Amino acid sequence: MLESIKEFASTFFVTGDPLIYGADVSIALTSLAILFVLTYYKKWGWLWREWLTTVDHKKIGIMYLIASLLMLFRGGVDALLMRAQLALPGVEFLHAEHYNEIFTTHGTIMIFFMAMPMMFALFNIVVPLQIGARDVAYPFLNAVSFWLFMMGAMLFNISFVIGGSPNAGWLSYPPLSEMSHNPGPGQNFYIWGIQISGIGSLATGINFLVTILKMRAPGMKLMKMPLFSWSVLSSSIMIIFAFPILTVTLALLFIDRYFGAHFFTMTQGGNPMMYVNLIWMWGHPEVYILVIPAFGVFSEIVATFSKKRIFGYKSMVFSMMIISVMSFFTWVHHFFTMGAGADVNAFFAVSTMAIGIPTGVKIFNWLFTMFRGRIQMKTPMLWTIAFVPCFVIGGATGVMLAVAPADYQYHNSYFLIAHFHQVIIGGVVFGYLAGIYYWWPKMFGFSLNEKLGKWAFWFWNIGFYVCFMPQYALGFMGMTRRVYTYGWDLGWAPLNIISSIGALLMGIGFIFQVWQISYSIKHGERDKTGDPWNARTLEWSIPSPAPLYNFAIVPEVKGQDAWWIMKEEMKNGEEPKKAELEPIHMPKNSGIPFIMSVFWFIAGFGFTFTWTWMGVVGLIGVGLCLFARSFQYDTDYYIPVDEVKRTEASLGRVV
Amino acid sequence: MSQHEAHGSVKAYVIGFLLSIVLTIIPLLLVLNHMLSKGWLVFAIMLMAVLQFIIQLVFFMHIREGEGPKYNVMALILGIVIVFTIVAGSMWIMSFNG
Ligand code: HEM
Ligand SMILES: [Cu+2]
Repeated sequence: MLESIKEFASTFFVTGDPLIYGADVSIALTSLAILFVLTYYKKWGWLWREWLTTVDHKKIGIMYLIASLLMLFRGGVDALLMRAQLALPGVEFLHAEHYNEIFTTHGTIMIFFMAMPMMFALFNIVVPLQIGARDVAYPFLNAVSFWLFMMGAMLFNISFVIGGSPNAGWLSYPPLSEMSHNPGPGQNFYIWGIQISGIGSLATGINFLVTILKMRAPGMKLMKMPLFSWSVLSSSIMIIFAFPILTVTLALLFIDRYFGAHFFTMTQGGNPMMYVNLIWMWGHPEVYILVIPAFGVFSEIVATFSKKRIFGYKSMVFSMMIISVMSFFTWVHHFFTMGAGADVNAFFAVSTMAIGIPTGVKIFNWLFTMFRGRIQMKTPMLWTIAFVPCFVIGGATGVMLAVAPADYQYHNSYFLIAHFHQVIIGGVVFGYLAGIYYWWPKMFGFSLNEKLGKWAFWFWNIGFYVCFMPQYALGFMGMTRRVYTYGWDLGWAPLNIISSIGALLMGIGFIFQVWQISYSIKHGERDKTGDPWNARTLEWSIPSPAPLYNFAIVPEVKGQDAWWIMKEEMKNGEEPKKAELEPIHMPKNSGIPFIMSVFWFIAGFGFTFTWTWMGVVGLIGVGLCLFARSFQYDTDYYIPVDEVKRTEASLGRVV
Repeated sequence: MSQHEAHGSVKAYVIGFLLSIVLTIIPLLLVLNHMLSKGWLVFAIMLMAVLQFIIQLVFFMHIREGEGPKYNVMALILGIVIVFTIVAGSMWIMSFNG
């Protein structure tokens, strides 16, 4: 008996590495600390009522934000571990297997569990406020999305202490990810973590598409809608059509692994290359799903801090919509070297270069908006300005990669690594960080300290170039990605050590941001006006943080930059039209999204360890939750006029 | 929102149902009775499938109903374009010039 428990534990828990034991201890201590604090301060009820069951888009957005910052930390630690290993030739810090696991978890976490939720944080926090709505179209579904994401992320993250991490790269190519080469639970963690959170992402895409199409304030025609909301629309369209492809592809891989099918195996008619083909049909749109909302953020920030209307609004809208369709026609550029033939490669090389055109248009629009504007160098604007050259270089190296014959040289080298980090950090991460700085006062009611923010900004930016510019050269010198060690004779040492120093600088930048946030929670300037940046769009017309119902009176939109127009009118002494308050219709909180997602977690965990009974129990739980929800009729309520009046008065507003 | 939109009539559902059945039986008969050569058979089956797809959309999914911009039609067209890209694109790419 004791023997068999020991036996089980030694395979169930990851053993043998001091780093892992350290992680075990810190995880256990952190969990205990959290449990203790919640119990000691009697916060369990608060946690349940205010957060776990909430359907308020603002709170869901904040939870996405916290989760994504934690994941940025985890992914960043992974990155630093890798850069430590690669700093010099022959370092014996991580051995080969461990390195494989770390680049896999780094890539997967950064894309699925850092970038996606940070993007959804911005969707949730901004879109309803910006279009003058009181919530998203499906608030309950929104909570389901968040908790599915959260459970998927947890499932993936525990893999490094329980069962073992996946190690087949962030896209999990077969045959390496098949049973033949990877029999343990690692790849199952990958599949289920992503599948569970992927359902959530798809639902979010649908939710925001409907919200934007159906819930805009009266008068806000589509062509008067702020550009960030347009970018969310574009991104949602891509999510809706791309995520099902990912789900199906991973499902086929799982069927191979679980039921012994042969979709992607090497034998019995399977074809691993089909997996590569399918996964990139999702993978390429995914990069645009991530970057388009960042473009939206930049458009808002540039206009606000240049005190001008955005230049070329129509061309911005047009280019985002074009990209949302064209992004589905370029996927082969990720595997030119697979040998599909000259005709295929030529087609996709051209389509890839073509998609650069609408992107270039946007760069010019931002520049023209700044041109002769009264530019204020606040942190959001700093990140925006830094983004422009960074993305231009990233775009240029992207076009180099798109030259199919040349890609035979660049493919899977550090040149590629440098390229995609440049667009993904310089575009996506800079964009979301800029957005977080910009909307922070709206979320929390105080601004982040500018001085610490500038330190963080410079560490990040200088660190970025120091880290990734050498990698372009390393690529040309023959260094391929996913190598865990190299010899002195190759001459890669100097550039690698520089690159590692750059990574460290970015790490320091992150620490500054943590400091900045903690400092500002105490000392940050409180935002009494609701409009700290003198901005242009509707979210700044209401108090910060926004009350539960967002808008006491749904605003009437007269044109693009609705809030700016209202401010102009007020300056000219025009009285805003008085509207009667009415009771406000709101959705009720519900515990079902959380409980259902816990069942998904159980199901995912069971299938990961091929404990079918547990998987089935989880799925039954999911079914029961759906069933229970179908018979819930008491799902909404009205906030009475008195209460709205009291709330508004306490926020210093007369209605 | 205005009045609740109509959800089709019994007559429409019955017609849709009958048409669907017929379009299912035709390919079945064609296959069971070996009535066509292979190429034509595949073509005929595909054709019936597409027709049935349209029938389902019109009679059961109410694609023509609803007011305001026809977002559902637009989404459907984009969906078809993308499905076509997935299928035809994969066939093209995975044939490796073969
Ligand atoms: C913050 C600074 C970052 C550093 C220093 C860094 C460093 C690295 C390193 C060393 C690798 C492994 C290269 C290899 O061995 O092949 C890597 C891979 C990768 N990184 Fe990062 N990274 C950073 C941020 C990010 C971000 C923000 C994202 C995405 C949002 C990202 C996505 C990826 C992906 C997808 C891979 C490929 C993983 C694979 O090979 O399967 N990284 N990164
Ligand atoms: Cu791509």
